[in-house]
Amino acid sequence: MSTIDTDTARQVASLARIRVAEDDLPALAGELSNILTFMERLNEVDVDDVEPMTSVTPMRLKRRADEVTEGNMQDRILSNAPDAREGFFAVPKVVE
Amino acid sequence: MSDLTQLTIAEARDRLRARDISATDLTEACLSAIDGADRLNAFVHKTPEIALERARAADARLGQGDAPALCGVPLGIKDLFCTEGVASQAASRILQGFRPEYESTVTRQLADAGAVMLGKLNMDEFAMGSSNETSTYGNAVNPWKRQDDAADLTPGGSSGGSAAAVAAGLCLGATGTDTGGSIRQPAAFTGIVGMKPTYGRCSRWGIIAFASSLDQAGPMTRTVRDAAIMLQAMAGHDPKDSTSADLAVPDFEAMLTGDIRGKRIGVPREYRMEGMPAEIEALWQQGAAMLRDAGAEIVDISLPHTEYALPAYYVIAPAEASSNLARYDGVRYGHRATLGPGEGITEMYEKTRAEGFGPEVQRRVMIGTYVLSAGFYDAYYNRARKVRTLIKRDFETVFADGVDAILTPTTPSAAFGLGEMAEADPVQMYLNDVFTVTVNLAGLPGISVPAGRDRQGLPLGLQLIGKPWEEGDLLNTACALERAAGFVSRPEKWW
Repeated sequence: MSTIDTDTARQVASLARIRVAEDDLPALAGELSNILTFMERLNEVDVDDVEPMTSVTPMRLKRRADEVTEGNMQDRILSNAPDAREGFFAVPKVVE
Repeated sequence: MSDLTQLTIAEARDRLRARDISATDLTEACLSAIDGADRLNAFVHKTPEIALERARAADARLGQGDAPALCGVPLGIKDLFCTEGVASQAASRILQGFRPEYESTVTRQLADAGAVMLGKLNMDEFAMGSSNETSTYGNAVNPWKRQDDAADLTPGGSSGGSAAAVAAGLCLGATGTDTGGSIRQPAAFTGIVGMKPTYGRCSRWGIIAFASSLDQAGPMTRTVRDAAIMLQAMAGHDPKDSTSADLAVPDFEAMLTGDIRGKRIGVPREYRMEGMPAEIEALWQQGAAMLRDAGAEIVDISLPHTEYALPAYYVIAPAEASSNLARYDGVRYGHRATLGPGEGITEMYEKTRAEGFGPEVQRRVMIGTYVLSAGFYDAYYNRARKVRTLIKRDFETVFADGVDAILTPTTPSAAFGLGEMAEADPVQMYLNDVFTVTVNLAGLPGISVPAGRDRQGLPLGLQLIGKPWEEGDLLNTACALERAAGFVSRPEKWW
């Protein structure tokens, strides 16, 4: 039975970059704990000498030449940005 | 006029080619059905101008002869598919206002085949849900109702809008996507056919990603033949998706002989769940009997790791989602939160994602973050991937023993009421996927065929699971099941 406390919930929310109000952390911790408890049924399975799956279909990933195939579409790339200026994505100041 | 909307894709194709009906008339009939069905909240972005323009182009092409099967056939497109210049927001607030500059490969192929896009369809936010109740657009509503009960029911999820639209006759077919059952469960809840192809059969390029190792696009239609026709146009190798298979796409429709004599159909004993309604069990047995009567051999099989599929899925899918959804940061597209004085880029990310993602998406992103974090990666994520290997091995073993396809129920219940699960634990909702999720974990093709109704009159589906890349054979078995079940009911119009 896994339990996530309020501090862990706060830490997970911070890692996920999702703001969670302090008052909502206990309920979140409870929900996450329930889900993790459900997942812990996996501990019943003997997985010794079993390879973790990396690809569900046994095929080699294709390779291609490392060259530019499309380009020169700055306006289109920026067309959905909430804030774009002078050909760039604009964000709040990051470095003082 | 409105009866045009009840045509199957195959009938429409034949009548369009015979110039007995026009694509424009057929499209107008669908557009008018859509406008009369706002109560179902299936179409969330209507595109009548695009539809009529494509219909006119299709009529011109049909006039020249030699038009592809889907030429002039009106379809709905799940909101998860990026469509150039048309809102594509995965039913999420965080993609509010997003209009892609590009077209997904699947919708591009459908358009190239002459299909007519009617608009974008409702779904669970980022395809995370089993009832279409996590959508920023509000619930989609099932056109079916229980006998003598006016309560609105879920069309299932995540492709709930697609299922509702096809069942209600708003379009002749629709695209869906399936990560854990999101095509097959809503198809079962609405009495239609839904197919998830083998992983890699359809390109994922331009489809908003949820869990990349599990996601597959597929057709949702009223008949198995229509699914074959639609899959034909959706499938194929795409250099832009490195996991799309470089394999020839066979003529699926030509494989629909309905002859399944000598086929071995496996019935997995582990799918007989405790507490499963007697009606589901009875339907399953009837399905096996129908296939036996059609000349197939029914064999008991064992898939011993079945009970671990759901917990493995709910580690792997959120882990991949937490990575895929990291891109929604308020910088390149969609919603950005308004910042207060002194707030910087971290606050921008955190507030944007808190405002933009709904509760279920937030929950899954956080679970994924947790299982991938240092110290827990091996205990959860790697263990789940090992269990996934074992689940796939279960299927490989039975196929190697000569089983051609596997028969199971699609869902553990019929459609439930909207809001009925509101107080339930999230894990209770996850149980909807119990019969479908194994198929995604093993990368196999699966199809839900409407096979009967419960005592309240609601449709129930049976699932057939096939061998990798053998969608044609699977569709043929589904065709035999469909023929024997003879499910032809349509919901009575109340909307």
